[in-house]
Amino acid sequence: MATTFDADLAGLDALELFVEPGPSRAARIWSATWPKLGAIGLALFTWQCVVWSHWKPEFVLPGPAKVLPVLWNDAGTYLDATRVTLGRALAGFAIAVVIGTVLGAVIARSRILRSAVGAMVTSLMTMPSIAWFPAAIVLFGLTESSIRFVIVIGAAPSIANGFIAGVDNTPPVLMRAAHVLGARGWKAFRLVVLPAALPTYVAGLKQGWAFAWRSLLAGELLVQIAGLASLGRQLDVARQLPDYPALYATMIVILAIGLVADALFSGVERRIRRRYGLVDTATR
Amino acid sequence: MVNAITHLDDDRFPNVVDTAGEGDGSPAVSLAAVSKVFGSAASAIPALDHISLTVPRGEFLCILGASGCGKSTLLNLVAGLDRPTSGTLTVATERPALMFQEAALFPWLTVQGNVGLALKLAGVDQAARQVRVRELLQLVHLDEFADRRPHELSGGMRQRVALARALAQRSSLLLMDEPFGALDAMTRDLLHDELEALWSTTDLTVVFVTHNVREAVRLGDRVILLSSRPGRIAEEYPIDIPRPRRIDSPEVAALAAEITDRLRAQVRRHASPPPPAHRSHDGGQ
Repeated sequence: MATTFDADLAGLDALELFVEPGPSRAARIWSATWPKLGAIGLALFTWQCVVWSHWKPEFVLPGPAKVLPVLWNDAGTYLDATRVTLGRALAGFAIAVVIGTVLGAVIARSRILRSAVGAMVTSLMTMPSIAWFPAAIVLFGLTESSIRFVIVIGAAPSIANGFIAGVDNTPPVLMRAAHVLGARGWKAFRLVVLPAALPTYVAGLKQGWAFAWRSLLAGELLVQIAGLASLGRQLDVARQLPDYPALYATMIVILAIGLVADALFSGVERRIRRRYGLVDTATR
Repeated sequence: MVNAITHLDDDRFPNVVDTAGEGDGSPAVSLAAVSKVFGSAASAIPALDHISLTVPRGEFLCILGASGCGKSTLLNLVAGLDRPTSGTLTVATERPALMFQEAALFPWLTVQGNVGLALKLAGVDQAARQVRVRELLQLVHLDEFADRRPHELSGGMRQRVALARALAQRSSLLLMDEPFGALDAMTRDLLHDELEALWSTTDLTVVFVTHNVREAVRLGDRVILLSSRPGRIAEEYPIDIPRPRRIDSPEVAALAAEITDRLRAQVRRHASPPPPAHRSHDGGQ
């Protein structure tokens, strides 16, 4: 009797867990890569078509064949500028993560604070970051601090909001389960609410990064610090010289950094969502 | 009015495996004239009305009723998730284990992580935890799936993990709120066998809430039929069909048919329109 029962149960488990073998790893990488390569090719082709149309003189709008070699020839300059700009972005983002997370945690824990400050945090997000710069320059002068201030004030509200939304979306049944298991107060918050909030928090981080990156580039155009060749400054210098191939080359670098960062965040997000079972495997 | 809840142990001693009162013949749960009213004054909805009930240690009690009979409310009271409006409720165990219709597993933890968390919260140290997790997973026949995540399992397997997690609390009282309600019939039958085998080898007291009459007769030492709105004890059936039972045996079917008739009669009472005198209370539609 007992053995039949065990076999029944094991058989049912095996039947229910059967999954069709998916495509091979190489096939998956290829199917994820070719649309991106195609998109890049299409973008370059469109650009070249605009140049061929003689909508603007080639001196003002050079084609990819003129611009792309600049990236290679002046690689050193672009690497230095990228180092400066990325350094600023990471430092500002790190501060924003700390402030946004602490702010989110405090607001999420207190009902009074939420009604008082929660709406204010959201309304901060509607403020275009560039509108903060005049005030930042008045407060901090043409310094790193004013750039950092605008990055933080642009990114922190998104991060705080992601955290709060994550806490709010903790499924009530998980809270009940935690309660029954004896998790109360801080323990319940640490062991259940925080992990439950993680996917939404990461989405908030991603959005926060996007805000930080935009704020930073706006800042580098407005606040130029002597002797530091940032990407924003290069844009401005290339326009004034004028060295238009360098202008477009710099834009490509900025775009590429944005795409890489987005891919990194999306990768982390996807991994977490898959881990949590939030991805429908049938439509993967 | 009397209004008291007595949990003989309390949360200050999470390590104590409930030995309180064990062997002295005191019941696992006892309710004396317990009522629960939701809302207040004019809009008050009585959910439970003077329920008096004793659950001896080791009993498998099934509470049966249609929607709105307050069976989940009753279970929440015993679990300590809610308080009775009046009456006395005595629960002899430290902290009852509770299973819901959903497995309510933590999706970021593996199967063993879920069971382990329950042990961690009960104050079991790490070395003992590992051994105990393995034992519990063997008990529900899931030791092969220790490293899977909940979303990788079927509904029935998830409920077995939830059962292992509930057992990890080492409570002598297991409360189950329609735990197999969302499962297919075959899986449910197998889980009935599993639960019965588990219960009969331990001194666990089980209070099992369901709306499925056959399930109640299949599992219970006793079936209590609740009336709906407000919930009152309408009938009590001792089940002396020998174990192990089968849900499709003629004895189970016969008794289930009898109880179903009573349950339908209970439900029918709500079909008749309320008398005119009552209508004025509804807020003048």
